[in-house]
Amino acid sequence: MTHGSGSKARSGALSESKGQERIGVYVCHCGSNIAGTVDVVHVAKWAAEQLKHRGVVIAREYKFMCSSLGQELVEKDIKELGLTRVVVAACSPHLHEKTFRTACARAGLNPFLCEMVSIREQVSWVHTDKVAATAKAKAVISGGVERVLHHMPLEPLTVPINPATLVVGGGIAGIQSALEIADAGFHVYMVEREPSIGGHMAQFDKTFPTLDCAACILTPKMFSVGSHPHVTLMTWSEVEKVEGYVGNFTVTIRKKARKIKEDLCTGCGICQEKCPKKVIDDVYEAGLGYRKAVYTPFPQAVPKFPVMDVENCTYFEKGTCKACEKFCPTEAIDFNQQDEIVTINVGNIVLATGYDLFDARRVTNYGYARYPNVFTSLEMERLTNAAGPTNGAIVLRDGKTVPKAVGIIHCVGSRDRNFNNYCSVICCMQSLKFAHLIHERTGATVYNFYIDMRTPFKDYDEFYQRVMEEGTLFVRGKVAEVNNVPRISTEEGKLIIQVEDTLAGRQRRIPVDMVILSSGLEPRADSKETAKRFSISCSVNGWFIEKHPKLDPIATMTEGIYIAGCAQGPKDIPASVAQGAAAAARVLGKIEQKEMALEPVRASVIEEQCSGCRICNGLCPFNAISFHEDRMVSEVNPALCQGCGTCVAACPAGAIEGTGFSNDQIMAQIEGLLLLNLEEEAVPA
Amino acid sequence: MNNNKSFEPVIIGFTCNWCSYRAADLAGTARVKYPPNVRLIRLMCSGRLDPTFVFKALSNGADGVLITGCHPGECHYIEQNYKALRRFILMRRTLQGLGLEAGRVKLVWASAAEGVRLAAEITQFVEEIRALGPLHWGKPDSRPLTIDDKPSSAVHRPSSEIEEVPA
Repeated sequence: MTHGSGSKARSGALSESKGQERIGVYVCHCGSNIAGTVDVVHVAKWAAEQLKHRGVVIAREYKFMCSSLGQELVEKDIKELGLTRVVVAACSPHLHEKTFRTACARAGLNPFLCEMVSIREQVSWVHTDKVAATAKAKAVISGGVERVLHHMPLEPLTVPINPATLVVGGGIAGIQSALEIADAGFHVYMVEREPSIGGHMAQFDKTFPTLDCAACILTPKMFSVGSHPHVTLMTWSEVEKVEGYVGNFTVTIRKKARKIKEDLCTGCGICQEKCPKKVIDDVYEAGLGYRKAVYTPFPQAVPKFPVMDVENCTYFEKGTCKACEKFCPTEAIDFNQQDEIVTINVGNIVLATGYDLFDARRVTNYGYARYPNVFTSLEMERLTNAAGPTNGAIVLRDGKTVPKAVGIIHCVGSRDRNFNNYCSVICCMQSLKFAHLIHERTGATVYNFYIDMRTPFKDYDEFYQRVMEEGTLFVRGKVAEVNNVPRISTEEGKLIIQVEDTLAGRQRRIPVDMVILSSGLEPRADSKETAKRFSISCSVNGWFIEKHPKLDPIATMTEGIYIAGCAQGPKDIPASVAQGAAAAARVLGKIEQKEMALEPVRASVIEEQCSGCRICNGLCPFNAISFHEDRMVSEVNPALCQGCGTCVAACPAGAIEGTGFSNDQIMAQIEGLLLLNLEEEAVPA
Repeated sequence: MNNNKSFEPVIIGFTCNWCSYRAADLAGTARVKYPPNVRLIRLMCSGRLDPTFVFKALSNGADGVLITGCHPGECHYIEQNYKALRRFILMRRTLQGLGLEAGRVKLVWASAAEGVRLAAEITQFVEEIRALGPLHWGKPDSRPLTIDDKPSSAVHRPSSEIEEVPA
């Protein structure tokens, strides 16, 4: 600290000292997390001695400040020593600010008179030099002490919670969320981009490890959503805009034109039957089957109304046809139907927008889309599905040949530095499921090529053992290449899998008839735009970021917005259901409270100081600032203000006050961080 | 005499509550290391950054100021980081006008996922400030200048050397 130490005390230059305040400083060891790098005992002693003249009456260190004993220390001191301000030097305020504020409130101190400074995330965990880290911790605490002197007692703002909820995404996570909330008697709007709800799960045949049929367990839930009196279902729709904040979001939804009048359509299916145009179904059938130009993706679709594919419809292409219209018994076809914009008001939002399958074409050496008999896992799901294009027959691309040998390649696009570093979680179990189904239905020899087998949840490893006992072969090694160039006669007409068998310690060439690529899961291609639309964040990969990776994997940093299912990260069906239900529980908790307390971080204009220059007027992105022509002053509407503080920073007269982050607080913190508050002779170590 | 290698700059960093403070938290959680020269202040938004804060820090002993916020287009308050960007450009001009190196103030965008990036930017900025040397502004009494004791870093750079603002 060449510099900080050099600065002489400038009590004159310091923001007005509030000598009458009594401050308690609490330094946390966090076990060895902080104490391992920062000399916490010394820091506490230093604060007690060197910041005494700034109002510090007690400075303590304790093993775990957040424990109930630690909190009691604070509470006791507030009561016994008459503390008027509290500084806690521990972890990030995002983790425990609430804990210590609540402790202060319990002891009768206004919770906003507590300041938390981070000496873990910002000091002990990121620095290695103990002397420098200890010195920085002192500066950080000094900043906190100066700042807390300027804290004001505040009352939290309360906002009413609109009991309606928006669930975005109608896969299993969203369905679970919607049903939990609707069953509790509150209204749910479910928005789904595809024509039907059901998500990826609706495409599957069997689900691991129990092998129960996906449709049998999913379609009753889909039906419940579709028929629930408390659910407004909007499929073939997308959220365009989200405004407002927790308790009171205004959401604009585009209902894409189905070209079907939903009030007249009975879902009889005659239009689909009569439509002459066949289209390859890239979405539901993963490109293996056909649908019509007017279609429901699958027979159990919810809602039952079909959708007209305008890009492929003969009428829209050539101007004639209208077969669907001619045969529709209820005159429900409407070629002129336009997109509809719907605005709804909700209090909370659950985002369950799911995943995209990794595009296996990107791993060019595995030959997907070059060799017809290389399939993706989603194609395989459709092949094994009794309602799929082959009625459940596992056959090669020619539609009839039953394979005699099948190779399943794990980790395609996952755990691969060329594509995604993360593990996609579901592929090992899915591959085992395929191995079992292929074995059962074709008797073929099945090879699994894996890097590591990952079967960590309930009954999963038992399933792995079962598949091994059935005779599936496991080769540990990353497949280098799939090709069709034979070297010996037994390889003629086969796909050859070139792999390093790391257990046997040699290269192997394994000829098979069919290759299945267990493609990984990726965030939705538009996940970043979605995140932006809902004011939440995405990880570098594109998964939505939860509020806390362990303690709050459901909420986001934006109050009132929750995430569930694969949108947050790869997960299987049980985990998606659990997270969907958890999100619903959080929403229900909010609804039951009827109103919620918000951080009282708001701007307000001090009328006497406002010159009426109107500079602030145009700066507010929420239109919270209005100008009163009669009094020639600006005013901030606290209901619209979100507390960013841009106007506070811009006001040339300093007439806008920003609670929680006032000019005085920040200026004082700067002085404290630069150790200007130390007495003349005091030179920090 | 001005041995920049032993000089440990003091840097004040401003973070926004939603992105860069979270990035700093993430750097901590992931145990990414960076030099201890920077001391962070949390604001709700980079738009809250009153240029006075920056000048206050520089005039009171800081050798550099780091301003961080959400990436353009990702602001929690829609677009307020653009206002921070505008102010940043003006601040650098003002610094030059005052005869200081514009490089003493730096703007870095860091999303909540970019702990590693923020740590790298901090590390780099510390080195940049180390190269510029101590800022004697506001401390006329602390290091009296003599004829043979002229810090090379205090020589003002021509404005043409000042690099453009990052887009």
